[in-house]
Parts: sequence; structure tokens; C-alpha cells
Amino acid sequence: MDLSGNRVLALIGLGALAVGLVVVPATNIPPYYIAFLYLVFFWISMATSWTILSGFAGYWSFGHAAFFGTGVYTAGTLAAKLGVPFLLTLPAAAAVAAALGTGVGWLVFRLKRLRGELFALMTISVTFVVATIISNTPLDGGAGVYLISVPVPELFGSQNGTIYTLGLIFAALAVAIAYTVYRSRMGLGLFAIHDDEDAAEVKGVPTFRYKLGAIALSSGIAGAVGGVYSIYVSYVTVGETFEVTVIMYPVVMSIFGGARHWLGPAIGATIITVALYGFPVGAQAALVRGGVALGLILVVLLLPEGVMPSLQRSWRRLAPALAPARSLPAALVPSPRSIESVAIRSLAPVLQCRDVWKGFGGVQALKGVTLDVRQGEILGLVGPNGSGKSTLINVVTGHFTLDRGTVVFNGAPINDLSAHQVARLGIARSYQIPRPFNHLSVLDNVAMAAVFGGGSSGREARREAVHWLRYTGLAERAFDMPRQINLHERKFLELARALAARPRVLLLDEVLSGLNNAEIDEALKLIRDIRAGGTTIIFVEHLMRAVVALSDRVAVLNGGALIALGTPEETMRDKEVVNVYLGKAHAS
Amino acid sequence: MPHLSLIEQSLVTGLLSGGLYGLLALGLSMSWGLLRLVNIGHFAMALLGAYLTWFMGTQLGIAPWLSGPIIIAAFFLYGIALHWVFMRFGVTEMQSMLITFALAVIVEASIQTLWTADFRRFETPWGRQSWIAGSLYVPKLNLLAFLVAALLAASTWAWLRYTYVGRALRACAEDAPIATAFGINHRGLSFLLSGLCAAYAAVAGLFIALVATLAPSEIWTWIGVVFAVVIIGRLGNPLGALAGGILIGVCEALTMAMVNPSWAPLVSFSVLIALLLFRPRWI
Repeated sequence: MDLSGNRVLALIGLGALAVGLVVVPATNIPPYYIAFLYLVFFWISMATSWTILSGFAGYWSFGHAAFFGTGVYTAGTLAAKLGVPFLLTLPAAAAVAAALGTGVGWLVFRLKRLRGELFALMTISVTFVVATIISNTPLDGGAGVYLISVPVPELFGSQNGTIYTLGLIFAALAVAIAYTVYRSRMGLGLFAIHDDEDAAEVKGVPTFRYKLGAIALSSGIAGAVGGVYSIYVSYVTVGETFEVTVIMYPVVMSIFGGARHWLGPAIGATIITVALYGFPVGAQAALVRGGVALGLILVVLLLPEGVMPSLQRSWRRLAPALAPARSLPAALVPSPRSIESVAIRSLAPVLQCRDVWKGFGGVQALKGVTLDVRQGEILGLVGPNGSGKSTLINVVTGHFTLDRGTVVFNGAPINDLSAHQVARLGIARSYQIPRPFNHLSVLDNVAMAAVFGGGSSGREARREAVHWLRYTGLAERAFDMPRQINLHERKFLELARALAARPRVLLLDEVLSGLNNAEIDEALKLIRDIRAGGTTIIFVEHLMRAVVALSDRVAVLNGGALIALGTPEETMRDKEVVNVYLGKAHAS
Repeated sequence: MPHLSLIEQSLVTGLLSGGLYGLLALGLSMSWGLLRLVNIGHFAMALLGAYLTWFMGTQLGIAPWLSGPIIIAAFFLYGIALHWVFMRFGVTEMQSMLITFALAVIVEASIQTLWTADFRRFETPWGRQSWIAGSLYVPKLNLLAFLVAALLAASTWAWLRYTYVGRALRACAEDAPIATAFGINHRGLSFLLSGLCAAYAAVAGLFIALVATLAPSEIWTWIGVVFAVVIIGRLGNPLGALAGGILIGVCEALTMAMVNPSWAPLVSFSVLIALLLFRPRWI
């Protein structure tokens, strides 16, 4: 580890801050300030927990009052009514809240459409449903729950010291969890989900599992924090627990601080809590609420990234030694996927479609396609618009489920696998219209494909990504964002992302469209090189010059059925094919 | 087992309150389905409309048939202004939820500041009149609200189905850039639609003021119910919104009669969960 002077200084400062915060209750500071600091910790943990799902993955929860309130009442009921020792109620509060959150997530995350909107609205509903259940049952019964007589171990000689310390622990824990997620595979996956969930799944991200993991963490933290809060207020009511401010404050704090960074919500929460509680002007609660809501609108419209990016910029200026270096890591040539003694080219089929059917409502997009793709060949897939080429790609990559038939890869059926599992087996695709993850740099776009599709570790993945960027001529743009590069470069980024997964079968969807002649020649050479490395290529293309030049075999689809398959010369002479392409008159 | 006439009566009550849910859902369904903007503030605007009707009626002595058009026109302009802000800042579907949620909080806080959190009731001479058919009571104002809801839903449906404007809007919802390329004035139409959605909120508010007791927190109780209605009725489908409203209204009324009134808020949520579990493709 590089321990430059600045770094040591920063670590010492951080340590001093931590020690200072821990010993605060032991000093003579008036209880008012200790309670105030507890509230800062409280909002830091709430805002940070919100960010783990909503900031990172882009699924906005309006249900933090539900998860928090579940924690409040779990701890309250266990401690006040069943006599469970208070500290033991906190894990229970976290578990019950996490179960509620996971349940809501499980219901909504499976949907194909409107997932984000429905999730947000479901979480609002859940808040009021949970409130109704609690006030209608003996859990509360409308009378509230008193925790005043619940025994709490005393730290630093008072209960307040314990509450303060618990608040500090959970705030630190929340930030630590956010940091860990942010730096992990899961964090990378969540950011990809945020930008383009379908593309993330196709690149190998287990989207459903990650989203559930994120909401479990997020709601669990909120539940534990609620447990501590119940003892802080010592009398809980449904009206005050499931308040709309508990929904809104974490959102405002996270977005204001910067919801795409692990530290953003903590910064936002600290600033806003100080602003709200630090100047007690005796203002009406309704006015404060309205003011914060107005602040939320302004932040969303004017500062959607929060203050974190500008803080990071000044940080880099002030302490360049501490900022992460922006130099390219050394390239690492990835070892090809182990091919068990299979020749680079052979007649053995690597991918087989058997009687594949797929319909959308009334439209039958694929009508029983049977097609073998041989190991190491370049198969051109052609056909008029609407003939089923894209549907076939989507079926093979697991994005669509089949109505009938099987897809076999390497001897095993894959049609029941989800897209990310297919990707991990070694089938990669590029999109006709490039779909990069817009908030990840060009380098990270490629690295994430290496992580999720190719199974590389984070550090290897970045070095492999450098290799693929060099290979496709994009190394100069590694630290640019996808919006900053032009269409031609974005096409090559698509290719680099697909290659980084080290695929055994690569499906290219019109990679050449929109390129000029020189760029096309460059791309053709690249595709031949890729095949020379042992990758089987299926490419969809309208440009006949490229199809004839590249393909070993050409498959022609029309109206969802395979009408010809053979060498380019054979298929181009086929009567039916000529019919389809040029009309009946030319065929005779 | 409750008396049969109690069930019949709750069917009537449910049908009528379902009309009101449908009316509330109409504006939300249109803006979500056709503009791709999820307007959580819709409920707050409806409640604001109700409070304005109540305020003008009881404090300023302006009868609802005079205050109604004023409020509706003002809300239409508000809808246009809101859409201008959305267009100006290029607000996405998800951002629109945050912004309109905040608007709802602002409206709720303003109502509470101006008119306190006390319950408010607009007493009118017609408020307590009912038709009596056999053993059934049909409150006149609730029936009027239902008929207006049905009329608005049907005419909006016909407008979208049979006119150029409606087809253009649906084309834009499918693919706005392509529709624009075909010469559809998407901007103009979306302003019109946004204004109309806000005007629907005003109409709903007018009837809420006449038939219900007002409290600022009502906004949040409605969100769950009406959002379920919109999903059940399918996005952008006016008749679906009405049908969904009736379904939820009847289920709630039956729950109140046969189980316990305090469980009614769970009905819409349960129906929605059942839909998500067993018919996920409905969405």
C-alpha cells in the first residue's frame, strides 16, 4: 500500500474523528447535543440504506417508512410486550423488515415491464398497508406502545449514552455496507441495472438476485435503525412512525448528497439534518415538510447528481495524491475459455436450434427454426426486416423464452436458463443500436462484461478490458463516458464488451450498419481475427458484400422460417432467396 | 351472515364510490399511459380542488356550479405549466415520480397550514338527499358523481379511439420520435393532455368536496387505492380505469359490510398483489 504523507494524514484524521465520536457521551456535553448527534446518525443510516437499492440500482423506494416502521414495532412489541432483552430485538427488527422488503421486491422485480414505477408505487402502498395492519391489530391497537420501562444496558453511565452509541454503530455499519457493495461485483452489477437492466442481464449480471440482495440490505438496515429509534422516542404511535417525512427525508438527503456514491447520502444527511434541527426556530412541522419537499424538487431538477461529484473534483484538486490514479493499468491478454480438446474449426455443432417457435400475441416471429451452428464457423444470418433474425438472437441469448422447441449449446439444453446464465456459459451478443451503460466509463463498460460474462475478478477484468480496448482501437477513450464517443466508437465498444466475455459463440447484430467503407474493412478484419481465436460467430447483416466476404455459411430467414442454408454462393443462387430479396420477376 | 339487503346496499354504495375512484384514476392513467409521466401529485391536486370547492362554498359563498368551472380552468392551466417544467428539464418517468411526490407533500402541507388538519365537511341542501328504491338508498350526489365519471371515461375513450388526436397520442406513447417524424405535433398534444389530466383532478375534487369529509392526510390513503385501480384498468385505458374503480369500490364496500370497515384500506392492495402473483402479464 502506498503510504504517502497525505494518506497517513487522512487516516490519522479519520481515526481521530472516530475516537472523538465514540467518547462524546463520556464527556460533559449537554444531553441536547448528544440527542442531536444521534439524529444525525439516524438520518445517515436511513439515507445510506435508501441509496444501496435506490441510488445504486435506480429502483426508487418510497417505502422506507414501512421498513423503518416494521423495525420500530418489531422491537417495541418484543421488548415492551414480550420482555425480550432490548439488544436482542434489534436483529429481529432487521430480519422482519428485510423479509418485508424482500417480499415486495420478489413480487415486482419479476415483471417484464414497468418494474421501476410499480416498485415505487408498491412501496408507497405497503407503507400505508403496514400502518393499517399495525393499528388494527393488538400490535398497536391505536393506543401506541410504551417502551419507557424497557430496561436498556447503560453505556457511559446513562441510557442516552447507549442510544447514542447504537446510533453511531448503525450509521458506521450502514456506510460500511454501502462502501462494500459499491466496491464489489454486486455494486458494478447494480450500476449496470440502473443504466440498462436488460442489457445488464444479457451481459451476465444476475439482475433478479442482485436486486433482492440490495433491497434486503436496504430494508434490513432501516429496520434495525427503527428498533433503536423506538427506544429513543420511548413511546411509538402509528401516526408518527409511518409519517410521510420518513419516506421523503432519506430520498432528499441521498439525492442531494449524491445517490451514486457510497458516501453521498451520509454527506447529504449531515447537511440537511443540521439545517433542519440545528436552527430550532419553532416553525410549524407542516411548513418544514413543505420546504423540504420544495428542496427535493429543486435538487431533482437542478442538481440530479448531488453535491458529491463537485466535492470529488475539489478533493482531487486539493489532495491529488489521495485521488485514484487515472492511468491505464497494464493490459492483460486473457486466456481463452478452456475448450476441452475441441478443434478451433470442426463440423461438430456447438449451438443447435431445434424446432424453435416464438410468438408475440398474434404475430408468429419464429415458426419452427432448426439450425446447427458448427464450431468455429462464421454464419451469416440474413433475411428481410421482420423475418425473425433479431428474435432468434434474443431467443438464443435467453432474453426471450421459447414457446416450443429447444436450444442446445455444447450438448446441453439452454432454453430454460435465464439470460445471465446463458451469458456465463459463453454466449455473448452485441446490440445493433449500441447500448452502453451510460454512467460507467468506457473502460468499466468493458470490464463489467469481463467480470460477469467472462468470470474474471475485478482487478484482472480491468486489465483485460485494456487489452480489448487496444484490440478495438479504443484505448484512448478508456476514461471517457459513452456519451462522449461517436457512433463508430460506440459500435466498437459493443464489440469490445462482447469480446471481454471471452465468448465461445458471439452473436453480432448489424455491427456494420452506419459505418463507412474504411471502417467496414477494419471491422471485417477484426471479425476474422476473432474467429481465428476459436470463437464461433453468428452475424446478422444486411450488407451483402460483407456477408459474402465473411461467411462460411449463410442462413436465410423469411417470415420466421429458415428457407435456405449453405455456402454464400449456393444461397445467393437459391430461387426462393432471390424471390424474397428481389421479387418474383427476377427469379425465373 | 349480514342481512341480504345490507349486501345489496353495500353493492350500490361500492358501485357509486367506485365511480369516484375511477374518476380519480382517469387522470393518472392518461398521463402515465400516454405521457409516460407518473403523477403522484394527482391525488393532492384532487384534494386541493375539494378544499377549494369547500372554501369557496362555505367561506366565500360561491356555489359549486360557479366555483367548479373556475377551479377546473385554473387546474387546466396548472397542468400545462407542470408539463412545461417537465419538458424544459427533460424529466424522466422516474424523476416525474419524485417531483410529483414532493408536489403532493407541498400541497398537503399548504392545506394543513391554511385550513388546519381538522375534518371539513361541505354541507349542502342536496348532500343528504337520496332516492329510495325498495330497501335501497341511492344518494343523489354520489349518483351524479358516478354518472359524470362514466361520462368522462366514455368520452375520453371515444376521443382517443375515434379522433385523429387520440390516435396521434397513442402513436406518441408508443414511440415519440417516430411519431414526430410523421408530423405529429407531440408537444402541443402532450400539453393538452397534461392540462386535461389536471382538469380531471379538479372534477374529482369537486365531487369529493360534495360527498366526503375532507382531511389533508386523505392524499396518502388514496394513492394506494387509485394506483391499484390504474394498474387493474391498464395504463391509458379510460374505460378500464372506470371498471377498475368499480371493482375496487364494490370489494371495499363488501369488506366493510361483512368484515370490518377498518380493513377496507387493505382491499385494493390485496387485489393488486393477487394480480401481480397470478396474472403478471396483465401489467
